[in-house]
Amino acid sequence: MGTGSGKLKTVSLNLPVTTEDLKDIEIGTVVYLNGVVYTAREGVYKKVIEDGEQLPAHLHETSNANFHCSPAATRNADGTYNVGAMTGTASFRFSKWLEDWFRISKAKIIIGKGGMSSADYKKYFVPNGAIYLTTVGYGTGALLGRGIKGIRDVHWFDELGVAQAMWMVEVENFGPFIADSDLEGNSLFERENAKIREGVDKLYEGTKEPALHRYGESNNRGDEVI
Amino acid sequence: MIPMSVVRKTARELMDRAAIEIPDDYLTGLKKAADNEDGDLSSFVLHAMLENYEAAKEDRRAMCADTGVPRWYVKMGNEATLEGGPVALEEALRGATAEATDGVPLRPNRVHPLWRTDHNNNVGLNAPEIEYSFEPGGDWIDLTTVHKGGLFGTDYRMLFPGDGIEGIKRFYLDCLMAFGKRGLACQPAIIGVGLGGSKDICSVLGKQAACLRTVGDRNPDPRTAELELELMELGNSIGMGAMGFVGKSMVIDCHIECGYTHTGGMPMSVHAFCLSSRRAVARVYGDGRVEFRTDPNWFTPYMRRETVGWEPEAESLRQSV
Repeated sequence: MGTGSGKLKTVSLNLPVTTEDLKDIEIGTVVYLNGVVYTAREGVYKKVIEDGEQLPAHLHETSNANFHCSPAATRNADGTYNVGAMTGTASFRFSKWLEDWFRISKAKIIIGKGGMSSADYKKYFVPNGAIYLTTVGYGTGALLGRGIKGIRDVHWFDELGVAQAMWMVEVENFGPFIADSDLEGNSLFERENAKIREGVDKLYEGTKEPALHRYGESNNRGDEVI
Repeated sequence: MIPMSVVRKTARELMDRAAIEIPDDYLTGLKKAADNEDGDLSSFVLHAMLENYEAAKEDRRAMCADTGVPRWYVKMGNEATLEGGPVALEEALRGATAEATDGVPLRPNRVHPLWRTDHNNNVGLNAPEIEYSFEPGGDWIDLTTVHKGGLFGTDYRMLFPGDGIEGIKRFYLDCLMAFGKRGLACQPAIIGVGLGGSKDICSVLGKQAACLRTVGDRNPDPRTAELELELMELGNSIGMGAMGFVGKSMVIDCHIECGYTHTGGMPMSVHAFCLSSRRAVARVYGDGRVEFRTDPNWFTPYMRRETVGWEPEAESLRQSV
């Protein structure tokens, strides 16, 4: 557990979770996971949502935690796998698939890098009683690697490759993660952004607008670019 | 003659070291930032990262599972000759990259931009990048590998002389603000700024400034050095820390590299290295000796020369003024 976690509320969850289990998670809570998590990102989303392929049977009874990531891993000659490290990838770009994904996968936890917007949380997560956990750092890959106890299964390895395949990963004390959203769809990142926004005018004081402008930009530094 | 088998073996070892071991200069800088950080969340993140470096080293596993886009920087002494020539060298570096992908293991990140073809070994069209520089004297070759992230934290803009230092500061802040939120830039990081050159060289200089200079190193031009410190402080005054949480650790160091540019322009690039700052260096000598280190020592006085020929006395005078 992080030496700096003393001041932060820390919770350990067993997977699969129920919405009830997530009630006490506040934005900013540090979370560790036990059980099985699976990876699914654009490759799996396209396959399942756009091409209509079937997810492994009873997936949500095994796990309802979807990690936006790819492991640093190799397949050994005997068919087993060697996983070194795991690190999240930026989640904001997956929002267009989420409505269908929650319906099909019955996921309750999405894990990734950097969270999503509170608009996404309210639209897709809240109706499904789901929350978002962000990886820490980013790149506590080695700590997450330590939490991996084994690979239960890998789906679509040959078609999608190491990075995009669906890895079913057995984990114990897997973390740390930080809750970006709660069951009401609030976002920790947006709360932090709002605080930082207060200092922006002063920060930019004395800087100079460039002579040559660019199309399509936001000039409001309170905005995010995602 | 530098034996190619030693080059290949050394390159393979460098891939391991870069992926697994945090360079000392960055670690020292980050520890200092962690001590000063008072934001609860930012502080938690920094301590988790410090713990992560320990775990990676103890277990010999990659610090970060996002391999980024591994690449090579090669510096050759003027007296060096390579067994098999430059073609063999490139095969050795591509080979070491592929072997390490399987061996560390690293994530096979490199795909074709359109067809998403993945050779599962981080090797492909124009990948890994190999950049070269040369040095007077010396029967040796320096190999540096850098595993830098490939998606966020980098931008380029054509500024003009009239935009001035105030324009430079604004674009610098824009980059940190845009990519710092939610921590997309994986800060706190070493920030590299490229100023001048043509568009491609401007980007190259900024990236090299971020990835090939160590924490605490200052540009030999005193006014540029002063601007480096000013930009570092400016970045740390945003009120943003690790992962975009409220805090004050955004920039571990800021390095600026300049190149002579078009008389009407002042192009600028900004690059954020990341919390793992993955770089490793070795020098292989003609007699097969190998010395490992973490400082690429890329920007030598020769690299920063302004004269037609190499005039070390004139350069040392100019650079000390």
